[in-house]
Amino acid sequence: MGKYLDILVFVIGGIAFPVGVVTLGGSLRRSYPDPAKEASYESGETPFGDARIRFHIGYYIFALIYLVFDVEAVFLYPWAVQYLHLSRGIAFGEIVVFVVMLLIGWFYAWRKKVLSWM
Amino acid sequence: MSLGYVLVRSVILVVLLLTAFAYVMVLERKVLGYFQLRWGPVRVGPWGMLQPLADAIKMMNKEDTRPAGADTLLFYVAPAVALFVALGAFAVIPLGPVAHIGSLVLPLSVAHPASGILFVLALLSVGVYGVSLGGWASQSKYALLGSLRATAQMVSYELALGMAVISAVVLYGTLNLNTMVSMQGVHLWGAIPDILGFAIFLVGSVAECNRAPFDLAEAEGELVAGFHVEYSGFRFANFVMAEYVNMFTMSALGALLFLGGWHGPFGLGSSVWWLLAKMALYLFFFMWVRSTFPRLRYDQLMSFGWKLLVPLGFLNLVWISTFVALGGWH
Repeated sequence: MGKYLDILVFVIGGIAFPVGVVTLGGSLRRSYPDPAKEASYESGETPFGDARIRFHIGYYIFALIYLVFDVEAVFLYPWAVQYLHLSRGIAFGEIVVFVVMLLIGWFYAWRKKVLSWM
Repeated sequence: MSLGYVLVRSVILVVLLLTAFAYVMVLERKVLGYFQLRWGPVRVGPWGMLQPLADAIKMMNKEDTRPAGADTLLFYVAPAVALFVALGAFAVIPLGPVAHIGSLVLPLSVAHPASGILFVLALLSVGVYGVSLGGWASQSKYALLGSLRATAQMVSYELALGMAVISAVVLYGTLNLNTMVSMQGVHLWGAIPDILGFAIFLVGSVAECNRAPFDLAEAEGELVAGFHVEYSGFRFANFVMAEYVNMFTMSALGALLFLGGWHGPFGLGSSVWWLLAKMALYLFFFMWVRSTFPRLRYDQLMSFGWKLLVPLGFLNLVWISTFVALGGWH
């Protein structure tokens, strides 16, 4: 665990840097708030409506497919590490079955036109 | 290992990374300039070398604006998240075997856990949060669209990138970056059997860093600046720093996994300088690509990732495991 403690120290340093500089910079910079400055930028037009608009469903669909593939990729890591120490013929056969099953799902998504951006 | 010792090393690494950021940024502007037949920055200091200092002072003094409807907490937290995640990923990157300074033996990384590569991948995934939270919290349409694009793009290319990394893990049979490099010293470089994996990693790393031609998240022609439209001053600088530190991590990872790490070519010894030279080449590749290719359209980007890189990644995995099953290097 000691090694991860080292990383924690480093990460705390990484947090302290941006927070520290922004705080220090606060005494250097001037601040004149103004409604026009606080308006969100829309290429010079007067902004209208809420910015949290409804967006394309495609983003959700890609996130879902990603999640499926990523969870399945997680299973590949322990296999990859142990591959050299397993009986190679069997381990290879198993991974081919696994990858083919993944690819069937991927191919199904393609045929359903999920992978093409509309 | 006392706490102070780790602290000193952490501070040294952060300072090194941020100095490298400053100068790689000038270098990039120079390189882009020369590609476009102009000089790049030349006014500040000799040959423009004091430009980063001027930029830093300017950034510190810029007014820190916040759009009226923004989510205050997330708006302030997002740039810091982006930066500390990028820095944290570099903590486990070994820059060389060990350094000998007098009687002192120093490992050249802040930490070297047994499964370094997993840690890097995990933190790179968290890196999406900085971008997506920043864009969402801004209460700006450009920012929201930019962050959505960035999120979808990063998860898509992460998959292909992960496949390339898994092929390297199969090849070396370990998750430890030091062991991977020492195996490449004994045998051939990883890129020789795993050339396809290296190619996928190269493309995936450009996309992961949101850089041209995959910089749809920023796309200044259509989204002004994408997820960081509303950021100014030092918070904006944090996003830029995070982008460059991510580039360093990616270039180091590419060199360690596929290009023999700190081993020189043709048995020319091994030192930190070889790794730095490889990273520099990799960074130059980032700049070269940026100045050569036009930006992709969003549907091209997604279909390139999902219909080409992902199946190629799986195929490559099958090829590498065949290679290892047939004897490989062992």
